[in-house]
Amino acid sequence: MRKWALAAAMAALFGMGAAEARTVRWAASGDPNTMDPHSQNVGTVTMVLQQIYDALIARNPQLGLAPGLATRWEQQEPNRWRFWLRDGVRFHEGEAFTADDVVFSITRALAPTSNFGIFVDTIERAEQVEPLVVDIITKTPDPILPNKLASIFMMSRSWSERNNAPRPQNTRAREEIFTVRNTNGTGAFRLQSREADVRTVLARNADWWGWREEDSREANVTEIVFRPIGSDATRIAALLSGEVDFVLDPPLQDLTRLRAAQGIRVLEGPEVRSLYLVFDTHRDELLYSDVRGRNPFRDLRVRQALYHAVDIQAIHRTTMRGQSVPTGTLFPPQVNGYVQAEDVRLPHDQARARALLTEAGYPNGFQITLDCSNNRYINDEQICQAIAAMWARVGVRTQLNAMPLAPFFAKIQREDTSVYMLGWGVPTLDALYSFQSLLATRNGAQGDGIWNYGRYSNPQMDALIQRMKTETGEARQAAVTEALRLYRTDVPHIPLHHQMIPWALRAHIQMPHMANNQPFFRWARVN
Amino acid sequence: MFAFVISRILQSIPVLLAVALISFAMFAYVGDPIAIMLGQDFTEAQRAALVADLGLDQPFWVQFTRFALHAAQGEFGLSYRLSRPVADLIAERAPATLELAFCAAAVALAIGVPMGVYTGLYRHSWLSRAFLTFSLIGVSLPTFLIGILLILVFSVWLGWLPSFGRGDTVTIGWWSTGLLTWSGIKALILPSVTLGLFQLTLIMRLVRAEMLEVLRTDYIKFARARGLTNRAVHFGHALKNTLVPVITVVGLQLGAIIAFAIVTETVFQWPGMGLLFIQSVGSADIPVMAAYLLLIACLFVVINLIVDLLYYAVDPRLRTGRGRGGH
Repeated sequence: MRKWALAAAMAALFGMGAAEARTVRWAASGDPNTMDPHSQNVGTVTMVLQQIYDALIARNPQLGLAPGLATRWEQQEPNRWRFWLRDGVRFHEGEAFTADDVVFSITRALAPTSNFGIFVDTIERAEQVEPLVVDIITKTPDPILPNKLASIFMMSRSWSERNNAPRPQNTRAREEIFTVRNTNGTGAFRLQSREADVRTVLARNADWWGWREEDSREANVTEIVFRPIGSDATRIAALLSGEVDFVLDPPLQDLTRLRAAQGIRVLEGPEVRSLYLVFDTHRDELLYSDVRGRNPFRDLRVRQALYHAVDIQAIHRTTMRGQSVPTGTLFPPQVNGYVQAEDVRLPHDQARARALLTEAGYPNGFQITLDCSNNRYINDEQICQAIAAMWARVGVRTQLNAMPLAPFFAKIQREDTSVYMLGWGVPTLDALYSFQSLLATRNGAQGDGIWNYGRYSNPQMDALIQRMKTETGEARQAAVTEALRLYRTDVPHIPLHHQMIPWALRAHIQMPHMANNQPFFRWARVN
Repeated sequence: MFAFVISRILQSIPVLLAVALISFAMFAYVGDPIAIMLGQDFTEAQRAALVADLGLDQPFWVQFTRFALHAAQGEFGLSYRLSRPVADLIAERAPATLELAFCAAAVALAIGVPMGVYTGLYRHSWLSRAFLTFSLIGVSLPTFLIGILLILVFSVWLGWLPSFGRGDTVTIGWWSTGLLTWSGIKALILPSVTLGLFQLTLIMRLVRAEMLEVLRTDYIKFARARGLTNRAVHFGHALKNTLVPVITVVGLQLGAIIAFAIVTETVFQWPGMGLLFIQSVGSADIPVMAAYLLLIACLFVVINLIVDLLYYAVDPRLRTGRGRGGH
């Protein structure tokens, strides 16, 4: 009898254990600006919304593609992809998920007020074939459509239309729309409460389809409390004092201390974000230089000289405190199309740099202004200070112009610069995204050269980019490889490094580190 | 009296217009909200459409006039960053800032006045010297450093008080207060001390100076000669007469506390108007910045008006020469 009582008590205890709240208190410097899934393509928004919403295609912890709301997909014709949808999925407010919701969500992402154009740029329309089968028709063959669709969240048509939010927010409107503060996804967590800039609480969606999947079986987080803490010192203090369990963006200078702190772990991993110095290779005379009548950066030897002048190992060691992966190529290995053999830097060689400058007709160097942001990338201003000093050592007198991101981006987008530092993430995880945005000739077409403010233009590169857009398989990889080689020989940029992103968390939490800096709590475990 | 108020209100209109104009002109240098709103991916057409949508392609004077006309009706439009009405955002954040500011002022008064009295009465005691040294620290250390030090000691080392945020709040109507929950009160302590420390030392030094001044006057000597107790002399006669300038300064400083809570709010992630302003600066959210600056300008105008009226009420000399219709 007593044994039974004990067993019952044990069972009750375990039962309680299972129902016990397992909360992760999460802090980062920035707060999501909106809860609308198609309105702002920004990391701080996605990192919260991807807990709530699902896409047709999911990503696994290694960022590879995995079945999401679609269980399989196929390119049936060059311009037609077919997706078979998961059965029995329901939105948080109870609506069944069907092909019509996919048609609605794709259409919504195509709206002019959507910020997700790059992911749907080739799509003409979506069509329902059967209640759980949907076709997406593209304007041109798009071999990487599934990679792009992994970034388009699925919404409920009836819910969105009922709440008057069939399109993302229009900035001219004087009223906010419903989706700015409300969500209805199919994801692992539902939005429980939200106070912008203060607190966002997510609760586990026990009915989520994915809890039975391999990666999520052990996951047990029942609640996520996200709180933005802008001040670096305060964010770390909150972690050390136990008020926060997980800090997404600990500052580099605190890592040593955090590693030594008891009960705190630092997860380190590479980020899919690379930094470059970009030259104005277009103008006949630079805006910010003392060279008159010609543009030194149009001379390959000058670009090579400045490349040779950069001591990337010193930046890696000192400025980045080891938290960077020096690179000689356009994007990191996680991106589809990466070629190890093309990831080679011009060596640091000051004598060679001076010789090249002399050869190009600048034996005494020249003067130049380097534009930089000072709050966008990890240690961005310090990196630029180091670069300016290194260039000065070979005779190129460099003035540093470091600014907050708002005026910085405005300045470079006016092409009001001679050389600037840019960091670039690759949300599609495919080579085309970087090549098309950064190196295609600026012609006003959708996506082509939209971030190419040095106005690099090479017909050979344009032709290769064109091939990446349409070809598939090995032919496409050949084009990417060739473009990477051209990038190395033509030196339109000086590549610097891929960022590393450390995460700091309390030791009782386990979760995979994500190279896109987007944590997924569907894989997190609280012990 | 009435004419005086009316004239002051009329005088404040050009002040507000000037503030609006200066702040609006400043925004040209804050940066381009477009870059932030568009994110990483956009086309030239989308960019042009957004610029036209926001009216940023129009001449400065057109933009300013439209802004001023809307502002006069209390209409500031949508925040670029949060896609929500600016008036709502500010109304949501105001309770946090006001609560913090009043607590800070209360801390400053409750500690500053007694310390000032003590140092005034016992000029040479070691405690007075300690207070004065302490007040030097309060005046010279920058707010953010004080905040970080307090966090280090009371949150990280001792673990007594939270390092950020407001704790749990209770909403009464549109006002959210942290004063009704234990965690809310705990969360208030460090930010209030940080924000109030400068004012505290200011009040302490002011009270001390005034006390020294007053204690030398004839009526204090007379009061002592009458055989009044020390207590009655110090508090009934001396302190009372020092309070007029103290009240003035505290009133004026209250505006400063509200306006400059920005740093404290940033350090403690205090979800008030100052933090909202800083975050808006970061993303060039012009409507919020403009509204905030105007609001602060209004606040100063109102506080100045009240202080003027107080003078008017307290100091009879101001009333003479204006005839008998003054009050």
